[in-house]
Amino acid sequence: MRSRLTPYLLALPSWIWLGAFLVVPLAAMASVSTQSGNVIDGFVQTFSFGNYADAISQYSPQLLRSLWYGGAATLAMVLIGYPVAYWIAFRGGNRKATYLFLLLLPFFVSFVLRTISWNFMLSGDGILLGPLKDWGLLPSDFQITATAFAVISGLTYNWLPFMILPIYVSLERVDPRVMEAAHDLYASRTTVFRKIVLPLSLPGVFAGVLMTFVPAVADPINAAVLGGTNNTMIGNIISTLYLTNANYPAAAALSFSLMAVLLVGIFVYARALGTENVLEAAAR
Amino acid sequence: MHAIQLDGVVKEYTSHGEVVQAVKGVTLDIAEGEFFSLLGPSGCGKTTTMRMIAGFEEPTRGSVRLHGEDVTNVPPNKRDVNMVFQSYALFPHMNVWDNVAFGLKQKKVPTADIQRRVGEILEIVDLKGREKRRPREMSGGQQQRVALARALVNHPRALLLDEPLGALDLKLRQAMQLELKRIQREVGITFVYVTHDQSEALTMSDRIAVMNDGLVEQLADPRTIYERPASPFVAGFIGTSNLLSGTAVAGVVKLGEGRVLVPGQDGDVTVTVRPEKITICPDRPEGEISAVPGKVDEVVYLGTYNSYTVRLADGAEVTVFQQNAVDATLTAERGDSVWLSWQPQHSYVIGS
Repeated sequence: MRSRLTPYLLALPSWIWLGAFLVVPLAAMASVSTQSGNVIDGFVQTFSFGNYADAISQYSPQLLRSLWYGGAATLAMVLIGYPVAYWIAFRGGNRKATYLFLLLLPFFVSFVLRTISWNFMLSGDGILLGPLKDWGLLPSDFQITATAFAVISGLTYNWLPFMILPIYVSLERVDPRVMEAAHDLYASRTTVFRKIVLPLSLPGVFAGVLMTFVPAVADPINAAVLGGTNNTMIGNIISTLYLTNANYPAAAALSFSLMAVLLVGIFVYARALGTENVLEAAAR
Repeated sequence: MHAIQLDGVVKEYTSHGEVVQAVKGVTLDIAEGEFFSLLGPSGCGKTTTMRMIAGFEEPTRGSVRLHGEDVTNVPPNKRDVNMVFQSYALFPHMNVWDNVAFGLKQKKVPTADIQRRVGEILEIVDLKGREKRRPREMSGGQQQRVALARALVNHPRALLLDEPLGALDLKLRQAMQLELKRIQREVGITFVYVTHDQSEALTMSDRIAVMNDGLVEQLADPRTIYERPASPFVAGFIGTSNLLSGTAVAGVVKLGEGRVLVPGQDGDVTVTVRPEKITICPDRPEGEISAVPGKVDEVVYLGTYNSYTVRLADGAEVTVFQQNAVDATLTAERGDSVWLSWQPQHSYVIGS
């Protein structure tokens, strides 16, 4: 049977999956976000949109901090990831697959464990700072953990491969002959990069930012393990509200607020960067 | 003044610990304004040779001169030659205008001049009105002309073309061959053309260097290459050619009952004769001509002509083309015993 319906039928399982595990829970969450009550007496739907106002006014410092940590980590990932992707794409020779595998190797270890091992490395008397302090190279009260720097480093480390891979893919697709053609047309190596390679790889950077910024902003683990008490991110608040305080409406309202902020941010970002005009402008 | 001079150019690569010579010592002088072709099968070193002229490869030994100036170690962006790539290599994120203007912008040519020159060249390659198109919105033939314009607009001292028509279909390719020749006459720039297509090289070139295995086998004008090939390789590579070997005694090679006239030759010789120079007839022809007997193995009707494969007594195969002219009748069929004959001047002893 090769009817016009075939593609739709083939897509059916994924639609069912998305419906059952994305749309339904989201709708349920949306409903919870406007309920009131407590975990003992139960929650009833009261359409209390005040939950949103409360959540945002109470936790806006954490929300802003999350955007700032996530943004800083994303920027760091672009700056670190681009050269790595470039190197693998253009200097990797026939070992490209090996390098990509090495890049993904840490993912064979659980996310939480990786973050804890960072804590182990960065802690005040850990394997990195301990000896430096013993040798008197650092003051004994110097610490990295429980700082913004530690959280941003952790976020950067944990999502770096998701930045590198899309950039790598876009660089890999740049035809070396096109680079040669520009070099032949009097462009220096630097100009070839600026006018040809960089603009052609921007879609990869765009995708990498999308794939890393959102999870980095919402991540609760890095702030919990590396951030101490003064660097709480919105993800920590949501999980505490939900798991510890059992304040489901507040947790849901905060989640939707975060989602709204991210969606608006992404929409603006996509409008500003995701079009071909940017590529043309970058090429001029 | 020579536009391009290669002197003993060698290019070696190391591959899996072994040294491979892609180009084994090429010496060429290409004259100003010449349409020069590097012709040969894939892997013969023709593209590597061109890339050394462009500056993408540095010769292991030997030197490259452009207009007398040694540029052996000068990078491509500092050489006054431009290249048209086989895959066109247009900048996919730029429209036609920006593609063509790229080189002039890099050379910091004043904007007004850029406007004028890009406009002029787009007119020459017949792309006026398509300035805002993206490469992927254009046909192969149009992209090819953008690639040509992008190189020509810089008025390079020489234009290098790497199989630029390879991706086009036959009709378009033939049209573009004439087009390229016209453009070359119009702009008067030296063209160096790399191709494996012998008919393309014969159609367009002033001179052809036939390359094989990293060396130039013959360097001559198309007629000489075709009529007087310097080696069995050249004879075999250019068009269809028949090779007959034997021992000449006082200018005559006996082949079974037949004979091939090779005036003034003595000793072992290899003779070539082109398929279209041979006449096919049922009986032994009279007169001072070469004539050999054989049996028709195959007859192929090819529209404007027939192709016969005739096997000689010693097993050698000879191809004969016979024009389907108004008065032509099919003169032989499969299995017929026939005589092949040709005028003495159409036997060419290779290497003489």
